[in-house]
Parts: sequence; C-alpha cells; structure tokens
Amino acid sequence: MNRRGRAYEPVLRGAILIALLAGLPADGSGQDVAVTGGTVYTVSGEVLEGATVLVRDGIIAAVGHGVAVPAGVHTIDATGRIVTPGLFDATTSLGLVEVGAVSSTVDARLEGDPVRAAFDVVDGINPRSVLIPVNRAAGLTTALSAPGGGLISGQAAIIDLAGSAADEMVVRPRAAMMANYNAGTAGGARGGASLRLREVLDDARFWRDNQPAFSAGRTRELSASRLDLEALGPVLDGEIPLIVGVHRASDIEAVLRLADEFGLDLVIAGGSEAWMVADRIAAAGVPVILKPLNSSPSGFDRLGARFENAALLDQAGVDVVIGSFNSHNARWLLLEAGNAVRFGLPWDTALRAVTLAPATALGIADQYGSLEPGKVGNLVVWTGDPFELSTEIEAVVIRGAAMSLDHRQLELFRRYRELDDERPAFKESGF
Amino acid sequence: MGDCTRQAPKEIEMARWHHSGGASSLVVLALVAAGCASGGGASTNGPDPAGASAAERAEADRQLLNGTPNGAWESSYEPIASGPVLIRGGTVMTAAGEEIEGGDVLLVDGRIEAVGLGLDAPAGATIIDASGRFITPGIIDTHSHLGVYPSPGVEGMGEGNEATNPVTAEVWAEHGVWPQDPGFWRALAGGVTTLQSLPGSANLIGGRGITLKLVPGRGATDMVFPGAPMGLKMACGENPKRVYASRGPSTRMGNVAGYREAFIKAERYRQKWDRWLAGDREADRPDRDLELETLAEVLRGNILIQNHCYRADDMLTMLELAREFGFSIRSFHHATEAYKIRDRLAEEEVGASVWVDWWGFKMEALDGIPQNLALLTEAGANAILHTDSGLEIQILNQNAARAMYAGRSVGLDVSRDEALRWITINSAWALGIDGETGSLESGKAGDVVVWSGDPFSVYSRADQVFIDGAVVYDRFRTQGNPRSDFELGILPETGQGGGR
Repeated sequence: MNRRGRAYEPVLRGAILIALLAGLPADGSGQDVAVTGGTVYTVSGEVLEGATVLVRDGIIAAVGHGVAVPAGVHTIDATGRIVTPGLFDATTSLGLVEVGAVSSTVDARLEGDPVRAAFDVVDGINPRSVLIPVNRAAGLTTALSAPGGGLISGQAAIIDLAGSAADEMVVRPRAAMMANYNAGTAGGARGGASLRLREVLDDARFWRDNQPAFSAGRTRELSASRLDLEALGPVLDGEIPLIVGVHRASDIEAVLRLADEFGLDLVIAGGSEAWMVADRIAAAGVPVILKPLNSSPSGFDRLGARFENAALLDQAGVDVVIGSFNSHNARWLLLEAGNAVRFGLPWDTALRAVTLAPATALGIADQYGSLEPGKVGNLVVWTGDPFELSTEIEAVVIRGAAMSLDHRQLELFRRYRELDDERPAFKESGF
Repeated sequence: MGDCTRQAPKEIEMARWHHSGGASSLVVLALVAAGCASGGGASTNGPDPAGASAAERAEADRQLLNGTPNGAWESSYEPIASGPVLIRGGTVMTAAGEEIEGGDVLLVDGRIEAVGLGLDAPAGATIIDASGRFITPGIIDTHSHLGVYPSPGVEGMGEGNEATNPVTAEVWAEHGVWPQDPGFWRALAGGVTTLQSLPGSANLIGGRGITLKLVPGRGATDMVFPGAPMGLKMACGENPKRVYASRGPSTRMGNVAGYREAFIKAERYRQKWDRWLAGDREADRPDRDLELETLAEVLRGNILIQNHCYRADDMLTMLELAREFGFSIRSFHHATEAYKIRDRLAEEEVGASVWVDWWGFKMEALDGIPQNLALLTEAGANAILHTDSGLEIQILNQNAARAMYAGRSVGLDVSRDEALRWITINSAWALGIDGETGSLESGKAGDVVVWSGDPFSVYSRADQVFIDGAVVYDRFRTQGNPRSDFELGILPETGQGGGR
C-alpha cells in the first residue's frame, strides 16, 4: 500500500482489493483534477450550480461549493457547462471486438456447448482497440464488456475505458454472468432452456456442496464441466448478478420464477415486452437493462416492443438501466437515453439509467455511477444537455485523468479534410 | 450508346411524372420516344395497336421496354381524399433554402398551393395551429427493406435476396413487398412519407427496387409511387463474394467480371429491341428476357442504379464500369468512404446515400466517419441520409441532426436547410421524384410533417403527417392511424404502429 492509499483508506479499501484481484497498480493509476464552476449533476444528490468536483488520486475527494483546489492540480474550467458522471454502458462488447465480420478479431463469444459459464472475457480485452477512443470521446467511461451467445454465455468484466493493458482497464473481472432465454438457446424449445438452466444450476450447487467427493470421483455424473460449475458458484451465492437476455413477457416470467427458485440476483436485459409484466418485475426487485430505440415486432418474442417501455417500467417502480447493446456505436447510449425521455421517461431518471442505475444493478454503486466523495473520478463536461443532439463534449475524465478526445475517425477526417494535390497517403509527415 | 440514352432519363422521368395526369403527358412521352430508340414503333405485345395514335403506340412501347405491357404493374395508388388544409404559424423548413418563422403552408387538392406568411384560408379549409411547432417536407428514405424484410423477420417472410444466382436483374422488390409490414406505420409515425424498398445485397445485381408511398393498400401496387422510376439494386464488395464464395464470384475481380458480362448481354439485347421498335422488322420480334429487359432499361436511362458500395476504390471501379457501358449510377448506397472521393461524386453527379455513423461491422465499413455527409455537402455532391433499417427510419430527423452537428463540431459549416435536404429533396432526387415531392414549394405533392418542436432535437415528435394533402398519421388521435392486420388480436391496442 502506498502513501496515497493511506490518505483515502476508507475510500480505497474496496478499490484496492479489487485492484489487487485484477492486477491493477494499487494506486489505480489515479490522477488529480479539479473541474470548476460547472452545473454538477451528481445523480445521487442535488444539482449544484457553479460547483467544483475535486479528484485526488483518481477518487472524488470533494463535490460542492467552496472546494479548495490544491496548488498544482490540473483544473478544467466548466463554467457554463454541465458536469455529469461518466456514462456507464451495461451492454456492450467494447474491447472484445474490432471488426464484426472478421472472426479473428471477435472475442465475445465462445462456440460449442450452450453452457460456457467458465468463459471469462478478461484475457480477450484489447486495450488498443480503436473502438475505445471513439466511444470514450462520446462520454463513455465505463462498460460491462460482456460475452454473448449460447444459453450461458460466460462472465463479463467491468472496465474503465482507460489504460494500456487489460488489467489496468479492468475494474472488476467476472462481474456478472451472462445468459439468454428463448426458444433457440437450448434444444429448440423454451422448456429446454429452463431444463438446462435448472440442471446446471442444481449441479453447480451439488458440486459446491460436494467438492471432496467430486475430487475423489465419488459423485454422480454432472451436466457441465468442473470449471463451469465452479464459475456458477458466485451466481448461486448471489455474489454476482445473472444477466439474462430475454424479451417475451412469458419468458420474463419464466426467468423470474427460475431466479426465485434458486435465489439469484437477476437482471433482465433486452426486455422488449417487460412493460407488459412490469408489476411482477417491480415486485421481484429486478432491474431491466433495455434499449429504448426498440419498437418493431421483429420477432414473435417481441411483438410488444414499444418506445414507451422505459417510461412504463419506471412508472411501475422498476429500476431502469439503459444500454447501447452495441460496440462500435456504444456512443448511441446518449441517443437511446434521449429517446427514452422523448417517450416519457423523466430526464433525471434517464441520466441515472446511464450512470448510477447500471452501477447499482452490477453491484458497484459504492464506487461508480455518481459524483460523490469516495467514488472513482469518472466524469464528463458537456456544453449543454447531454442528451440533446447539439451538445458537444469538452472533457472526459477517467480516474482523475483528462482523456484525449482524439481517435481514428478524426484522424481519417483530418487526412481527407482537404482533397488537394497532395496524395492522402503522404499527408501525415510526422514519421 | 448514343446521345439519346444520355439525354433521355430526365425527360422520360418528367414525362412519366404526369403519366396519370392526362393527355398532355402523353404528348411529352411521344416526343421523348420519337427522339429516342423506340420512336414510331408499335408494340406487338398484346393486341396490335395498328390504327392507334402515335402517342398510344409510344406509350405501348414504353410499357413493353419497361416490362409493364398492357399497363400491368402500374401503380394503383389512390390518394386519400382531403379538403383544403392551412397549417398556420409554424417554423416552416422548406428544404428549398428557406426557414420561415411564423409561416403557413396551404394544401389544396392534395398539392402544396402556397408557402409563406399570412396565407388566407380558403372556404372550408381545416386550420391547424402550428405555433411553436415546425413544418417540414415528408421524409424520404432511399434505402429501406420494409415490405421485403418485414416484421416479424421469421421463416416464410424473407423476400429481399433471391440469392440463387449472382445476377437476378429479373426480380422485382415490388413482387415481394408485404403491405402488412407493421414497420411501414412506425416509419410513418417518424415523419416518413416515401421510401424505396430495395432487394438485398447478396447479389451483384439484385433486382428492381420500388418507391412506395406510406399509405395503406391491400396490394403492393396500391402503394407504388405513381410515375417514380424503378431502381436497380447492385452490390459491390464483400456481400456477393461471401454469398457466392463456393461457386463464384469469390473475389472483387469476379464481381466486376459478373457485372461486365451482364451488361454486354444487355447491350446486345437493347440494340436488338430498339432496332425492332424503330421499325426494322427484317428479323423476327425478339424474345423477351426479364433479366435483360431490366438491364436494357438501365442502359436507356429509365431505371436508376442504386449501388450498395462501401469503399472508395470500389466506387471508382463502378464509375469505370458505368463509363464502359455508358450508363450512370444514380446513387451509391452505404458509401462509408464516399468522403474520400467526394470531388469525383460531385463532378459525375452521382449521389451518396449514407448513414451517420455506422462503421466497423466489416472490413469495407471500417473507415466510416460521422462527417461523411458534411464533407459530401461541402464538395457539392448529392448527399443523402438513408437508413437500411426498420428502426432508424423512425429517427431520420435525429440522424440528420447528428450528422449536421458532427460536421459543425469540426468546423464544417452545414446549414439546417442542407441537413434537412439530406432526408428530403436530395433523397427525392436519388429516386427521380424531386419534381414531385421532397420540398415545401407550391405545386408539389402535399407531403408534409408537423413536428412538436425542432426536428433536430432529440425530444421532438411528428405530430401530424400528411401525404398528398391528407392526414395519414396524427399522434393525438386514438383511432384512424394505420395499423397492420398482423397486429390485430395479439396485443391490446398500445398505440403501436402509428397510434398515440
């Protein structure tokens, strides 16, 4: 533990623990920054006009009026600007995909058995992915980088969009177990998906409780590999959420029953027809990660898809999380949130749905999602309403470091800004 | 190819505009036909029109060339009857250069009668108070698969790709359009009044696209935009070579050889038919060939090429192909790298129908940037915002705004009028219907949207959508908005498909 850790011990204890687990430097690579004079949307509390957010060693040290900025701390003047927490996308494969159709660049899906619970994406995360700066420049600072496909897809990692190595980016590895529930995920019938999920969860419980016997080869045959069963332990213990991609109202009910039966920390993803069973979802205390721009009855499991989904769920008391369900354009998260507002979601709830709500659903709200002392210093400075199409970004801060807003698409723009006599390939003469 | 083909398209389109408009249009047709390959010829398809007037013979020839003999496949679209409407006191964004505060739009007999300040309401006019609201032309999407890849996208419903042969110029999207696609009415609720439904991009030449008006009908022809030229879907690059990898083409080389072989045959076919129609009856009447009939119409300039093509070098290759066979490409589609060759596109008057920011989903899409539209516009090219998506067609106004602001954020000076043109008049031009719709100018069709606020705000909604002067969608009415048969009895009325 270094000197910095001591000064912020209560704050950093959890972070350091996680950092150690993830192989992060103990100081989290945190830096100092002061963002002054902005209208600060803390999300967890009030909106503060003309306030300062001070970040020390990557952690928010103070938010409010009259915050003294220590000498030498880099200052961003946000006067007349809006300051929010960094955006948190809970449904993306950022870092795990480079070119969708080039399979050698896609590490978000393990082929083979429909149960791939042990699949951990962390080693596939590429910190040099060109997708990361593109989306970071749009205000994304944190993501759940998730695997897909199959019945149980594997384990997702929470990452900050900063760092030059995967272990520097990873905030929490194995942060959630991903699954899918529909007719296609196991044997061509919904009952098959239920059967297989029950079987593997039951076997995981059996394995957990009978490890000595298993090791001695004195147990019955189990339905998944040792590693898969082991990976499901934290799900059974409610330590990490099970995020299930599911759309049809009756499928959502089936998954709610299953989660209740096994005492799981369930999160629904997709949820096109969630509004139709909103009361049940609310009663179960299950958050829904949804894509507001979803209104077409494109399959029989989503005939009820409608733009008002987010607003109706919120009215029923469901904790609404907005996700991009995209990687190259995870930056659409803002557009998604703005459109949720267009169809009735209160503005504050929409901002929460892309900041604190995902952090809460993923069990990391003690560190992420709002601007309050003790939380990680991820924030964005906007020229106006973050959801409005005319708004631009002036600064993106991750762990106290002001990030470059440049990226490959802007490099392409600059190269082709003028079609003059010079051949484009010779334009950058920096080499 | 003579000058005739080069000169013909606009004139023929102009003439066809008024095809349903009575005798005067037929005179224009006759003039065009007489000046071109088919002048004076009589069709031998169907009843012998001997004794028919020159105009009637010319029309019969036109139908035969186009593959619509006896008037088959012509539009059966009927505008919804409406009285005069005065939309009063809104911010009128014309897509013709002006933005008029407190302006009025007057619709009479389905047409735009006048646009301006302080217009008088004719007797019996419905008056719509648009104060605080915005008025734009109806939005047009040049690239949709609504109808051919409808919702639900399940077994039995995919009509977009006749992926059995790399060249299927003989198929028509119109024959696969399902008028009950619920996506049509969601698009309408987003302010869209016209779209081109295209075959997919599996094939080098995928078939004819069709321009539709978003007014419900029982058959596809009930939605066909009267007089609009058809499109020909062509595809470059990765899709055809992936789909046909085992039988070929499996490379870009094979793709280009495939186009060339098809057009060599088509040119021979066109010459044979044009000679025959010109009165040279020494040979027997040529047999009809559906594939070549379509391609010959492309060579004559009567069908507009809509070319799926991403990379700059692929587009330049297609321009060489067009030069070889003397046709023109109306618009590239997707064209993620159009900005790299925007000077050439401007010079050759080839449009570019693009997204705002799709990129990276395959190699040929890697270099897509959100400034594509702004750069094309600056260069004077015909820049068009398209969707290729049943979702994004519902937020074309927002996407235009995003592309406009993406340009402005790096110092490109894009005006609001220019951004609106990307989804209205420029799109209309790419479909050959810019004389009829796409801007708020007197004489044009009454295709108009009244927005709750600035259409370039994420929070605005289409309140009323007019097509040919009739309210087809009204956000505030609980009954009377189009709804697909498919959605009956499945869910309680939720306001979907153009409801609340």
